[in-house]
Amino acid sequence: MNELMTTLNAILASALSPGTAALAIAAIGLNIHFGYTGLLNMGQAGFMLIGAYAFAISIIGGLPLILAVIIALAAAVLFALVLGVPTLKLRGDYLAIVTISAAEIIRMVGRSSLLTNITGGSNGLVGNSYRGPFTDLSFLGDGQSGFGPWNYDNTGSDGWWIRLVAWALVALFSVMVFLLMRSPWGRVLRGIREDEDAVRALGKNVYSYKMQALILGGVLGAVAGVVYILPASLQADSMGRSMTFFIWTALLLGGAATIFGPILGAIVFFALRLLVQGLAGQFVPASIMTSQQTEQFSWILIGVTLMLIVIFRPQGILGNKKELSFNAR
Amino acid sequence: MPGDPVIDIHEGSAAARAALVGLDGKPGVSKPDSILTVDNVVRRFGGMTAVSVDHLEVQRGVITALIGPNGAGKTTFFNLITGFDKPSSAPRLIGGPKAGEAAKWEFNGTPLGMTGAAKVAKQGMVRTFQLTKALARMTVMDNMLLGARDQPGENLFISLIKPLWAAREKEVHAKAEELLQRFKLYEKKDDLAASLSGGQKKLLEMARALMSDPTMIMLDEPMAGVNPALTQSLLGHIQALRDDGMTVLFVEHDMHMVRHISDWVVVMAEGRVVAEGPPGDVMEDQAVIDAYLGAHHNTDLGDDSLLTDEVAEELAKEISEEDANTEGEKK
Ligand SMILES: Nc1ncnc2c1ncn2[C@@H]1O[C@H](COP(=O)(O)OP(=O)(O)O)[C@@H](O)[C@H]1O
Ligand SMILES: [Mg+2]
Repeated sequence: MNELMTTLNAILASALSPGTAALAIAAIGLNIHFGYTGLLNMGQAGFMLIGAYAFAISIIGGLPLILAVIIALAAAVLFALVLGVPTLKLRGDYLAIVTISAAEIIRMVGRSSLLTNITGGSNGLVGNSYRGPFTDLSFLGDGQSGFGPWNYDNTGSDGWWIRLVAWALVALFSVMVFLLMRSPWGRVLRGIREDEDAVRALGKNVYSYKMQALILGGVLGAVAGVVYILPASLQADSMGRSMTFFIWTALLLGGAATIFGPILGAIVFFALRLLVQGLAGQFVPASIMTSQQTEQFSWILIGVTLMLIVIFRPQGILGNKKELSFNAR
Repeated sequence: MPGDPVIDIHEGSAAARAALVGLDGKPGVSKPDSILTVDNVVRRFGGMTAVSVDHLEVQRGVITALIGPNGAGKTTFFNLITGFDKPSSAPRLIGGPKAGEAAKWEFNGTPLGMTGAAKVAKQGMVRTFQLTKALARMTVMDNMLLGARDQPGENLFISLIKPLWAAREKEVHAKAEELLQRFKLYEKKDDLAASLSGGQKKLLEMARALMSDPTMIMLDEPMAGVNPALTQSLLGHIQALRDDGMTVLFVEHDMHMVRHISDWVVVMAEGRVVAEGPPGDVMEDQAVIDAYLGAHHNTDLGDDSLLTDEVAEELAKEISEEDANTEGEKK
């Protein structure tokens, strides 16, 4: 019983963690790409990594926080342009191929030993080297606070301050997406998702709208990257292909083309994994499954879940049955 | 029909049609007031030449029908003119066709040769597609609203603040409702476009195109699959648009319809314009009969005896029964 409580506690804690918020922000960005515009971005983790590196390196280089954030956003804009200019006029699958490889290139370059001075190579950058200016902003003061079952530092590396900021950003971006998607601008995006030639025939510059969507979603990806590294360290491999896969799972699980889908998806994604891991750890004897194996087992189950969603509930948890949004084009 | 005094309400349109009377009906004949002028437009697919139009002019303010057997190149021609495809004869920096032989066309005084599809539509030349492109997972109303131009809310930054675009949105909405009513789609306005029948999707596409107040509308087989009873009223609507000064170019297979509403007919076969002229004359043209009989033998080129009400009613009944059957199968 005690262990079950521990598992539940861990689930609740991870549901609130900055990492979950980062995943949610990245998924909100991907939702703009895929859910509303139909763009197949298979490298959202690449945007996260770009943002994270730009931010961390700027801070380490001595730039003020605000400038570092601006540089991180600008880097994502640039990355989106580089990916979008050659591909957005072509069929959708080209973007998928280019984004997946570009994200890998970013990761490979980031971890290459040639750049160890700047990026820290495969060891990455430790959180203390870039976290300072952010935690200095905290108005929560020192010490610890408890809230329900959770007890964290007010400001420390992984405390209430980063949680507060991370979830405030999630809320901000959700409101932004809501405002955008109820507007005529969002209508054009959804039109493009349905049939871009039809939208073109109505005199809309489809290329420009796709580019705007790619940039906006990519910028959210970069913000997610910054949020992701603030409580931890920056390691290229933590934002690789599997991260892109998690973001997709969160989005499809919660429901693409919905406002709250990406958030719910991110929370459920982590909760589900920890639940499986916890239960397996508790009830399956170690002779059958070691704790390392239970973790792998939980990943397998996530993969199976994703397949089941796509087959049986393509609109996700929150999606509208009519506007079911898993149709890759 | 040209010069028919009964339906002439607007002087301008009547004058435009009157100007066509007595024109020599040979392919490529020059029109007194041409809104679209096309030169040397060639499109090859591999070794096959789908379109090869040396010269064509479309008169402003009249209804021009583009007819021709299947595979004549009508749709490809539409695609080329509206920027959805590029002519094989397009001018190129290196190795293109000789000067004077390169494709060029002009709409309303603006050269359009290298213009993208969206810009063409912005110029006022709006088209519909033979294979309908209803935006399936959007409501009928959203489909319509998308058609309107000059919407400030379509700008990313303005879109965030509703008061900046709400007024225009309201106007556009009212206009969409009016058009939907005219096209008998009003009751469907909140349904997803995917739920419409084939004929209704055609209607939606046409109504959506009209949302932008085009100068010239190009309709690719607009009445295919549309209930004949509704066809009658839509034909009236198209004529009304013309009387208001819109230029209409449409592809149609139904000869009766072509005869009934068009002021001028252009005939294509194997990619070329083989004849043009007033509907009555063109139907008797030997080149046209050859072109059609080559394709399908039982095409009746607008035999007037078939235009009697009885036959039309019979046809209407047959088709509505068919519709009912297919609807039933769908459910
Ligand atoms: N994308 C394409 N690739 C190859 N052939 C094509 C293509 N589009 C059209 N064609 C060919 O061009 C010819 C003209 O087609 P189309 O313009 O659709 O005729 P219509 O609309 O008059 O029935 C046809 O023979 C068709 O097979
Ligand atoms: Mg055709």
